Amino acid sequence: MATGEKRKYKVIGTRPLRHDGVDKLTGRAQYGADIRLTGMLHGVVLRSPHAHAKIKSIDTSAAAALPGVRAICTSADFPDQVGRIVELGEGAVNMRHLSANVMAHDKALYKGHAVAAVAADSIHIAEEAAKLIKIDYEPLPPVMEVLGAMRDDAPLLNDDVRMTEMGTVKPETKPSNVAAKFLFTKGDVTAGFAKADIIIEREFRTATVHQGYIEPHNATVLWNADGKVTVWMSTQGTFTARQQTAELVGIAVSDVKVVPMEIGGGFGGKISVYLPPVAAILSRKSGKPVQIQMERAAVFEATGPTPGSFMRVKVGATRDGKIVAGEAWIAFEAGAFPGSPIAPGCMCVFSCYDIPDARVEGYDVCVNKPRSNAYRAPGSTQVAFAMETVVDEICEKLGVDAAEFRIKNGAKEGTRRVDGPVYHRIGMIETVEAIRDSEHYQSKLTGPNRGRGIATGFWFNAGLKSAVVATVNLDGTVSLIEGSTDIGGSRTGIAMQLAETLGIAAEAVKPQVADTDSIGYTDVTGGSRVTFATGIAAVEAAKEIQKQMVERAALLWEVDSASVKYEDGKVIGPAEKSFSFAELAAKIHEVGGAVIGHGTSSSAEQGGAFGTHCVDVEVDPDTGKVQILRYTIAQDAGTAIHPSYVEGQMQGGVVQGIGWALNEEYFYDDKGVMRNATFLDYRIPTCYDVPMIETIIVEVPDPAHPYGVRGVGEVPICPPPAAIANAIHAAVGVRMRDLPMSPPKVCAAVMQKK
Amino acid sequence: MRDFDYAAPTTLADAVMLLSRGNGAARPLAGGTDLIDHVRTGRLAPDTVVDIKKIAELNVLEASPQGLRLGAAVPCYRVYGHAAIVADYSALADSGHIIGGVQIQTRASFGGNVCNSGPAADSTPSLIALGAVCVIAGPKGTREVPAEDFCTDPSKNVLQPGELLVEFRIPARAKNSGSHYRRFIPRNEMDIAVVSVAASVTLDDAKQKIIAARISLGAVAPKPLLATDAAAVLIGQVPTDDILAKAADAARKIATPITDMRGTAEYRTHLVGVLVTRVLQAAITRAKGEKLDYRPGH
Repeated sequence: MATGEKRKYKVIGTRPLRHDGVDKLTGRAQYGADIRLTGMLHGVVLRSPHAHAKIKSIDTSAAAALPGVRAICTSADFPDQVGRIVELGEGAVNMRHLSANVMAHDKALYKGHAVAAVAADSIHIAEEAAKLIKIDYEPLPPVMEVLGAMRDDAPLLNDDVRMTEMGTVKPETKPSNVAAKFLFTKGDVTAGFAKADIIIEREFRTATVHQGYIEPHNATVLWNADGKVTVWMSTQGTFTARQQTAELVGIAVSDVKVVPMEIGGGFGGKISVYLPPVAAILSRKSGKPVQIQMERAAVFEATGPTPGSFMRVKVGATRDGKIVAGEAWIAFEAGAFPGSPIAPGCMCVFSCYDIPDARVEGYDVCVNKPRSNAYRAPGSTQVAFAMETVVDEICEKLGVDAAEFRIKNGAKEGTRRVDGPVYHRIGMIETVEAIRDSEHYQSKLTGPNRGRGIATGFWFNAGLKSAVVATVNLDGTVSLIEGSTDIGGSRTGIAMQLAETLGIAAEAVKPQVADTDSIGYTDVTGGSRVTFATGIAAVEAAKEIQKQMVERAALLWEVDSASVKYEDGKVIGPAEKSFSFAELAAKIHEVGGAVIGHGTSSSAEQGGAFGTHCVDVEVDPDTGKVQILRYTIAQDAGTAIHPSYVEGQMQGGVVQGIGWALNEEYFYDDKGVMRNATFLDYRIPTCYDVPMIETIIVEVPDPAHPYGVRGVGEVPICPPPAAIANAIHAAVGVRMRDLPMSPPKVCAAVMQKK
Repeated sequence: MRDFDYAAPTTLADAVMLLSRGNGAARPLAGGTDLIDHVRTGRLAPDTVVDIKKIAELNVLEASPQGLRLGAAVPCYRVYGHAAIVADYSALADSGHIIGGVQIQTRASFGGNVCNSGPAADSTPSLIALGAVCVIAGPKGTREVPAEDFCTDPSKNVLQPGELLVEFRIPARAKNSGSHYRRFIPRNEMDIAVVSVAASVTLDDAKQKIIAARISLGAVAPKPLLATDAAAVLIGQVPTDDILAKAADAARKIATPITDMRGTAEYRTHLVGVLVTRVLQAAITRAKGEKLDYRPGH
């Protein structure tokens, strides 16, 4: 449901078929695992069986002697890295840590940490060879939990990690697992709480959870005899993959070409590289192309999950329902190396509300788990769970409606967030109003053990850099080349913005994602930025085409180009001369060469996106199992370019959030070994577990985009755990503050209440 | 994964011969839904894979006044698609419906499920509750083992090298009988049992008192259990809430579950009681000839 007024646009807001749809439906789309090169070898990565161990020696001689083995590599084959910080588009990374993550140096820091790799004529030979590599480990005690890892006597993971405070390390600081401390303050929090009639302070924990993309990581690499390296892979960012690969193997960025293949899901987890540098080294040593595909267990055990967390949130409000102060203490598990999304977590915790006095303290903490990575609104889902549960409890204690409370306290244009920025036009309150006024929220929920909950969430929209090139074809179509890899239908969303600007049909644009040698620098597909930022680039390219088409028409008509204008898909000249886009396209070569427009964008963070969710649950009080009966999401999309994709993102985010809420977690034994590294026991929701997610698209245009686009991909994952926790409370009267709210935990809470 | 030989005998004698010759390094292949995965992941490394789907005896599916014959290679979809099984041996249909998804059900067999001998196998409790007997062929001839005695430990059973499970024989159902199988899983489908329970009950002519009962528990011990004491509580009784609670208590007493990623021992023991009560109520509903309103997973 878009807002009711008459459509402003011809293409935007319609639902054309996606350009990549047929290939995907018919199985013809080319994924990384489909690549077959002449003479291609198959690589296998040998991984640490220990969560924490010193690597005393590696003996590869028996493996090297196995017939069919062509190359073996260990960290000794990688160049040394200084601890330089590199910006990857959605988070920065220390190159030495990244190198040690790709191939363990002197220590294995988590079960599944890569320690060696083999390339052989077949995958079976490579597997056999990997078993022949002898590694002498000295096991060390692992530390698996954030508060434990912060203790002074905790086992130390990295001796080069010392706590930074707002970017600097105090000289007296000793190495520790605590990599960073963040502190954001606004106003006077003590004075703020003094004004409160009610203060709720609660502690929360969330489990380590994985993005759960269906396609495992893959890379096929050819290190050619001329020193040029080509990488075919599934990635959210070809340019960041190129940079990481080049730096990790020690060659120039321009010597690497990354060819993006179709992506079977990323959600933030396909930004860091794991396999390309390893396959590159194996290719260099063997002289042949090498393909490596991860097994599912390795995906779980060795690629970026999102952090487990401990959070304490305190909120004060007046009797008449106004929030006066907020305080949060948040610690995230970074995994083996620093870099959890603790900063955005701190920024997001109070982001939905206008709170005069607030203080947020956050810690980035290393534990013996895989290095965490971005996962759909990184850090925001954790803090939304804590904050929105506390808000619900305040509403309960004050006896006020949860939607009205949020409308009264909601962040709006002019609200300053605790980390400093002041919001421009945002739609937080509009999403709550949409839920409040929805048939779902207005309906009566009846039946035993049933309850309804709502929650709101926020996530940023990154701007960053994008490039597109568009070429007019003689048949009136436009070829659109872009650098943004497509993980959520962005090819069509970008094509539609180009089409809208040119006044042609979406189907007349042929979008294509190009390799790093074929398009200008483009940042990752992440941060809910592509439809926004690459869209701006496409609009710019379209405007350049408009200009050139006007000039071509002027030449054809032999008139001054100032007397020609581009309007509504037509080129209009004096004396009622006019060309449709297609008519003029057919003639452009009569008066010149190709008509090519290009566009780039480079913008700062925009207004951000909000969503409010409403869920009905039924709890089985005997087993603790929670059924989702009905779910409605209202989200501000700014302007929905392709409403079906917006709805798809909203629904997909909700389903992942339901997974966090109810069942997903890394289950470790006391040795730090993950016991559920399969989709059987790592339980993402199936179609049997969720109802049809009802969607309400709210449109509060973002003034920073020519069509008002806001990023929609990430924020829908933020509210579900809190909304479900609030619904469980409404159903059976227990407050769940520990994710996942799995049946044993809910059952125990219900029994304890009895 | 290592290379292996593949054979597809068409007679029972040939199959037994091939398995005997393998002396433990030959594995029978029915639907292959477990075997293929185990070989791929290196958990099993057989020298020979013996496809037993082409043997007539293993594909028997026949309901008669003498009872039900269920060949060891019969896939799930034939089980739950069989009218007599749905009507009279309902627990088997319940099991077949929730083993994997539709694609798995077109391949996976009850025989394979039982021979893999997982404590949480979805077909075994139903076979135990219905009093199934496993017919085994081997180099020394044929023998019969009650379903509750077939599994011995996780992934272990009574089959000796060269032996092959041929079929299950299930006694004919007395009138006023009903059975049911369900498992508790955190999701609603596509999951592995945290605890599972199958029960079969027979009511008297007045459909008031229970005159026969068998209860089987899965995933709470190294092998699926026959809960004899729990069933004994019911005999001669009107199944009041109190009586069902006593049966649930008795069932809980024999559960010796482990704590793992699927649940704690304490939680599993608690679930035994919940499930025994619910499964008995469902079996009784069916024994009365009433329709059971049941959605798997709920």
